[in-house]
Amino acid sequence: MSSMGRAGVAPAWRRPVAVVSFAQYPTCRREEHRNEVEVLMPVVAEALDAVGLTKDDMGFVCSGSSDYLVGAPFSFVMALDAVGAWPPLRESHVEMDGAFALYEAWVMLQSEDIDTALVYSFGRSSSGNIRRALGLQLDPYTMAPLWPDSVSLAALQARVLVDRGIASEDDFAEVASRCLRNATSNPNAQVSGTASAGDLMRDAYVVEPLRRHACPPVGDGAAAVVLAAGERASELVERPAWITGMDHRVETHALGARDLADSPSTRLAAQAAGLVGGVASKIDLAELHAPFAHQELILARALGLADGVALNPSGGALVANPLMVAGLARIGEAARRVMDGSAHTALAHATSGPCLQQNLVCLLSDQPGPAVLGGARTAGTAGTGGTAGTAGTAGTGGTAGTAGTAGTAGTGGAPGEES
Amino acid sequence: MADTEVLSSPHILEYPYSRSVGPVIGSFLAGLRDGKVLGVRCGSGAGERVVVPPTEYDPLTGEDSGEMVEVGPGGVVTSWAWESEPLQGAPLDKPFAWALVRLDGATTAMLHVVDAGSAGAMATGMRVLPRLVEPSARVGSILDLACFVPEGSDSPVRAQPAEPGNPAQPDDPAQPDDPAQPDDPAQPDDPAQPDDPVTTLSTPIRLDYRFSAGISQSRFLRGLVEGVFIGQRCPRCAKVYVPPRGSCPTDGVPTTEDVELSDTGTVTTFCVVNVPFQGQAIELPYVCAQVLLDGANISFMHLIQGIPADEVRMGLRVRAVWKPPAERGPSLESVLCFEPTGEPDAPYESYEEYL
Ligand SMILES: [Zn+2]
Repeated sequence: MSSMGRAGVAPAWRRPVAVVSFAQYPTCRREEHRNEVEVLMPVVAEALDAVGLTKDDMGFVCSGSSDYLVGAPFSFVMALDAVGAWPPLRESHVEMDGAFALYEAWVMLQSEDIDTALVYSFGRSSSGNIRRALGLQLDPYTMAPLWPDSVSLAALQARVLVDRGIASEDDFAEVASRCLRNATSNPNAQVSGTASAGDLMRDAYVVEPLRRHACPPVGDGAAAVVLAAGERASELVERPAWITGMDHRVETHALGARDLADSPSTRLAAQAAGLVGGVASKIDLAELHAPFAHQELILARALGLADGVALNPSGGALVANPLMVAGLARIGEAARRVMDGSAHTALAHATSGPCLQQNLVCLLSDQPGPAVLGGARTAGTAGTGGTAGTAGTAGTGGTAGTAGTAGTAGTGGAPGEES
Repeated sequence: MADTEVLSSPHILEYPYSRSVGPVIGSFLAGLRDGKVLGVRCGSGAGERVVVPPTEYDPLTGEDSGEMVEVGPGGVVTSWAWESEPLQGAPLDKPFAWALVRLDGATTAMLHVVDAGSAGAMATGMRVLPRLVEPSARVGSILDLACFVPEGSDSPVRAQPAEPGNPAQPDDPAQPDDPAQPDDPAQPDDPAQPDDPVTTLSTPIRLDYRFSAGISQSRFLRGLVEGVFIGQRCPRCAKVYVPPRGSCPTDGVPTTEDVELSDTGTVTTFCVVNVPFQGQAIELPYVCAQVLLDGANISFMHLIQGIPADEVRMGLRVRAVWKPPAERGPSLESVLCFEPTGEPDAPYESYEEYL
């Protein structure tokens, strides 16, 4: 399927769906005591309890995780014990970040016979050497045999920004300094601090040109989100965080065939999700899944966000990057701020693959209203003509389906030590 | 619960993948073996490009790609990153640069490494030449290209063969230090002749983990050292799970009440293993059975011995045969097997629910 074809398709959704609950396990360097089920149970319970629901009320359950993180085949099946899978649930799993599981649940909720869904993800990044494990998501013929690690590939991307004068190492430090400062008010963050960019520039390189602060910490965590459709959402909470549009796009796995300084797949996904015309100027905050500091700069440029938009108020993936969880947590963090009234509209982004290969954009609003919905449909139409050139030049392969398409997915990686 | 020390152990995931490569990647790999780098034409007219490494399709449009063309041998570094502490399996066991290299005649860049000595010798835009391993050691792999070297440095075309996937150094001091190395089934016995196609590629994979058993399983495993089965009861449905995983898979709630179970139980179902297999440690034929311990609400798999294989049956009453205390560890191997107790068979209705 060509990306041009999909760019012109309006979101095929018939009724509004909202995030009504979000819970997160405080990310830690290594969860020594609890296994995956023991980590997940309190998170799933918290997300359900917050809206007075049980797993028996869920019309659909979808999870995101990767067996490569702990080296245990079908670990996601065992993780179902945290939900309770008897009598049998309508259930699915993606070998990807939980954000892509949320996408599948959002699609499922267009079906009239269900109106709630539970989405969860878990990631024990500490069990193995995550920098190496992520190398196995690469082309197995010409890349994986070299064992390129996730930080080195991100460093190749950062170098392109520096070489082209788009951003400097000081800019990376500015991003990290802001994220760490934002994290001081995030109890689920793994690292936080008040160091200035100047202070951070004294950090050693992990892989030049990426210094310690420009790389995410390795951590274990879990997250859960409850989605509800239509009136059910309004019954459950006072202010649902309505998903007004969502889309994801993927670029070629041939790293050397991509423009690593740009993220055309993010741009296309955002347009298809409804980030067109005046919508960008209405966004209050953006939670961007940028495991490496320079990737936040690439994403913000690709999305064309206005200067006033608060970027990663939670601190983002630079302060807590449990693999398979950090993307879902971006949607959860953005939704939480819509639900608590601190934002009217928010953008959440999740990524997968090396160097921002695949990107998902989710727009959230305190209004299910037709205005933004209409925007999304316009975007689809405009995309046919307006964005085909971009798609043809830079995108590739169209939109990957969610369920089981991506093999080992994931992104980021880490310096191998706690920051 | 908090008094239980949680168990963890090293866990190695290792497998020698053999992959079919197809005609395009196969030609690329055969080219490397024969000392040249091949790309593939994609697009047409002003949009024509040469993609390296080649793909079966245009990575931008998905259209079929065209003819193979030789590129290089030299090229230009389009980006690089300095690896000062190479990880396990890296192509070089000394500091090097990861690099995207656009070979002369190519439109796209390929990922590889540059042996430059120091970061100071690296620059975007610098010219590099390939260094291939000795012809007799080439197998048709991206690793036949050992690395790139800065143009003008000595002996650019000879190097010792790289050993795919082998650790340059242990990457985690907590990991075992004498890992078995993976077999390499695609290693040819006879040197390949030029123009022989490459059809398969061996990509050995090894990952090292530290597996954590969690709180509930740790209690179960410690019980095995003491010669007892410890299960856990669900506070909601009262079912007893062994081994416990910390939750009731039906209700999704934590199980916190420990239950010491009898070491007698009932065979709910079984199979007779007749076919030899790699790693087989027990004389054939033998019986693998699901054993439902008395007082438990879930069965687990174990061996049945002390009875001819053809006499094992559903409902057979069995008792655990424990290893002597000094030989037990936190593992189900502390139980040698289950043997018949000699009691009458359990009635079908008593285990019907657990089939
Ligand atoms: Zn129960």
